Amino acid sequence: MNAGSKNFVFSPENMVRAKAHMAKYPEGRQASAVLALLDLAQRQNGGWVSREAMAHIAELLDMAEIRVYEVATFYTMVNLQPVGKYLIQLCRTTPCWLCGSDDLRNVCKDVLGIGVGESTEDGMFTLIEVECLGACVNAPMAQINDDFYEDLSAARMKEILEMLRRGEQPPTGSQTGRQTSAPATGATTLTDAGNA
Amino acid sequence: MMKLTIDGIEVEVEDGSTVLQACEQAGAEVPRFCFHDRLSIAGNCRMCLVDLEKAPKPIASCAMPAGDGMVVHTNTPEIKKAREGVMEFLLINHPLDCPICDQGGECDLQDQAMAYGRHFSRYGEHKRAVKNKDVGPLIETIMTRCIHCTRCVRFADEIAGVEEFGAVFRGEHMEIGTYVEKAVSSELSGNMIDLCPVGALTSKPFAFTARSWELRKTESIDVLDAVGSSIRVDSRGGEVMRIVPRLNEDVNEEWISDKSRFACDGLSKRRLDRCYVRKDGKLEEASWAQAFAATAEALKGVSGDQAAAIAGDLADCESMTALKDLMTGLGSNHMDCRQDGAKLGGARAGYLFNTTIAQIEDADAILIVGADPRWEASLVNARIRKRYLRGGLKVGVIGAQRDLTYPYDLLGAGPQTLGEIAGGSHDFCQTLSAAERPMLIVGPGAVARDDGAGILAAARGVAEKFNMVRDGWNGFNVLHKAASRVGGLDLGFVPAAGGRDVGAILEGAESGAIKFVWLLGADEIDVARLNNAFVVYQGHHGDAGAAAADVVLPGAAYTEKDATYVNLEGRVQRTRRAIFPPGEAREDWTILRAFSEVLGNTLPFDRLGDVRARMAKISTSFETVDSVTPAAWDDFGTTGDLSGGAFSGAVDDFYLTDVISRASHTMAQCSGLFVTGQQGKTGTDG
Repeated sequence: MNAGSKNFVFSPENMVRAKAHMAKYPEGRQASAVLALLDLAQRQNGGWVSREAMAHIAELLDMAEIRVYEVATFYTMVNLQPVGKYLIQLCRTTPCWLCGSDDLRNVCKDVLGIGVGESTEDGMFTLIEVECLGACVNAPMAQINDDFYEDLSAARMKEILEMLRRGEQPPTGSQTGRQTSAPATGATTLTDAGNA
Repeated sequence: MMKLTIDGIEVEVEDGSTVLQACEQAGAEVPRFCFHDRLSIAGNCRMCLVDLEKAPKPIASCAMPAGDGMVVHTNTPEIKKAREGVMEFLLINHPLDCPICDQGGECDLQDQAMAYGRHFSRYGEHKRAVKNKDVGPLIETIMTRCIHCTRCVRFADEIAGVEEFGAVFRGEHMEIGTYVEKAVSSELSGNMIDLCPVGALTSKPFAFTARSWELRKTESIDVLDAVGSSIRVDSRGGEVMRIVPRLNEDVNEEWISDKSRFACDGLSKRRLDRCYVRKDGKLEEASWAQAFAATAEALKGVSGDQAAAIAGDLADCESMTALKDLMTGLGSNHMDCRQDGAKLGGARAGYLFNTTIAQIEDADAILIVGADPRWEASLVNARIRKRYLRGGLKVGVIGAQRDLTYPYDLLGAGPQTLGEIAGGSHDFCQTLSAAERPMLIVGPGAVARDDGAGILAAARGVAEKFNMVRDGWNGFNVLHKAASRVGGLDLGFVPAAGGRDVGAILEGAESGAIKFVWLLGADEIDVARLNNAFVVYQGHHGDAGAAAADVVLPGAAYTEKDATYVNLEGRVQRTRRAIFPPGEAREDWTILRAFSEVLGNTLPFDRLGDVRARMAKISTSFETVDSVTPAAWDDFGTTGDLSGGAFSGAVDDFYLTDVISRASHTMAQCSGLFVTGQQGKTGTDG
């Protein structure tokens, strides 16, 4: 990489955060902060990490650039290509698939006009399929940027996408209103908890 | 010490050994891909599984520390089955292209598949394919063959000191590479080819030229730098096909530099294969008799005081002996083997790398003065890095700023700093005083200058001041970059009383005081200054020296003669003839012997043994071969005024230092890429 092409630097606020992460580790072990710094860089850089950003991190942590690449390519949550403002990570592992994740994918295709691995032309949305995100009880689900949207139906998915497009923030978590992963059919135990 | 029982044999191993090492000690053969003696342990190929009693499952012996009382089995049916399982997984994605693979015949995977492989595959799915990487002009990559042992990654990190290789992506998608495609910028990169247990990294210049089993292997010595690495010359017919390293723990371990390895294509280019005599300003082909007659004619009327000889960087000791005796017979004292003008000579300890390369590992502080070990003697630098990795080494450098692959303190640029250290006023003095085994390395950049003798004396002063020279330890070292230098100094191929050195010979040739100059492979001098003199060039390549010559006598390159070289430690080593010299070229000492007969003053050498006996008479150091005898601490260096000029880097271009590498196409490519700085224009930048 050309040294002259380094046009990524942490913003002053992020630099403070980066220094805080680095301070967590003993002297000489600053490279341990690489994943945290990649996350910071990704947030600052509009959802993806550029080569320049990785070079900047390597310099900050006094490690070889290839060592940063290794970490960045290992973790799927580090995006090495530009993504839309909203990164939709649609779970397709068996529980979500059985509960209708295919329908959600079709909705995305209908509403946004993009298939898996594609971005909308306006740079608003990117759709990818991922393996299990650990919310199987509330299947089917999708993660959009940092938030989980659970108990989705095709119709609800469409509403969420349209809200995001209008710049509104849909409610996160279960879309059917249940509390976290409590039984979908209502409480089955401790039903008389109030009378004990 | 710990006691283990391996296959019923009891062995005792040192603390810190692994089970694999214990198995080897017991004589049990354990297959492996990722494990390598000189690299850190990765434990990722799983081929070295052995059965450890009381362990629930087979263990990877390379990564398991040996423990007292362990009972290990390496040859049970279960272990064979386990290894066969590992082999089957390794072969899932490995292409079946051995017939077109350059590694075929010397491939660890191929060999071990013979013992642990099935004769068919149970894998019906598509094999994965991996894109090849462009890592420069030396290494060909066929990454689909890679089994992810990560030896290359660890070599680059640990031995070469360039963290550029890595394992990117993960799982099924894992690839070995540089991520951002670029050439590996290490002068030791070629060793990755030897390390690679499969055909993923192979030699690019050697690609598809020969099979390993059809090559004749000759054990020899490298002469392209002063380290004198042990090499094996692989030849077919009359051509050197490749050069690979040979194990020599005292010198090069099992590495060689890229120049030693890849400059061999220069051995068949621009060769002098017949005599030439200059007629009417043009070199014309001639027979040996005509060339000798023309030379003898030119010597008529030239007094001994008007004749001079210069030996080049690749000259062997036999030919220097013969030339020295020839010149002395002519009555000339004007001879020099120090083309670069280094002010070295005197006591042997004053121009040797006294510490020896292997003992660098015992040093705890190193002061480098006007040397660039990375380019001047790559394997000395690799040793220093090896020592650095063990921790507790302090390095100070006086000279130019340069990436040496290990951290150091840049103390200053020139003799002034050396003076401060000698005077005790410099901060680095504390480091040197505190060190138990301090080392000082003086390089060509410090001694090949007008005040070189003074600098050498100052360096000697530093060595004595900090107790670097004592019983059992000599920390005073001179770094050479030419294979012929120490041998030439041992033979006294330097001006005798009243004689001229290189600079004075050139001056004399300009002024007319010198009328006849014999160049023994001397090309790295300003030959234009020899225009007024009659020049005989004896050598093997048509380079600067031959172009300026009046008579050209074709000699043999180091792969074509049994010759003696002395490496920078003072280790007398011998090359072996792998192929015959081309055309009418002859071994160099025989040329001088034949010419002396024409002059009527025949040198008393009829056989190689006679020359070597004469060498031993000149210096007893030639009596022992392949070992180093410590040199006595005696007089050398002349105290004098030091100028203020900064030490120069003595090597401008690592890849083009001598006639062989300058004739090499591969070296020219490397030079273009790494030295003249077109790195940015390769690979993805297209």
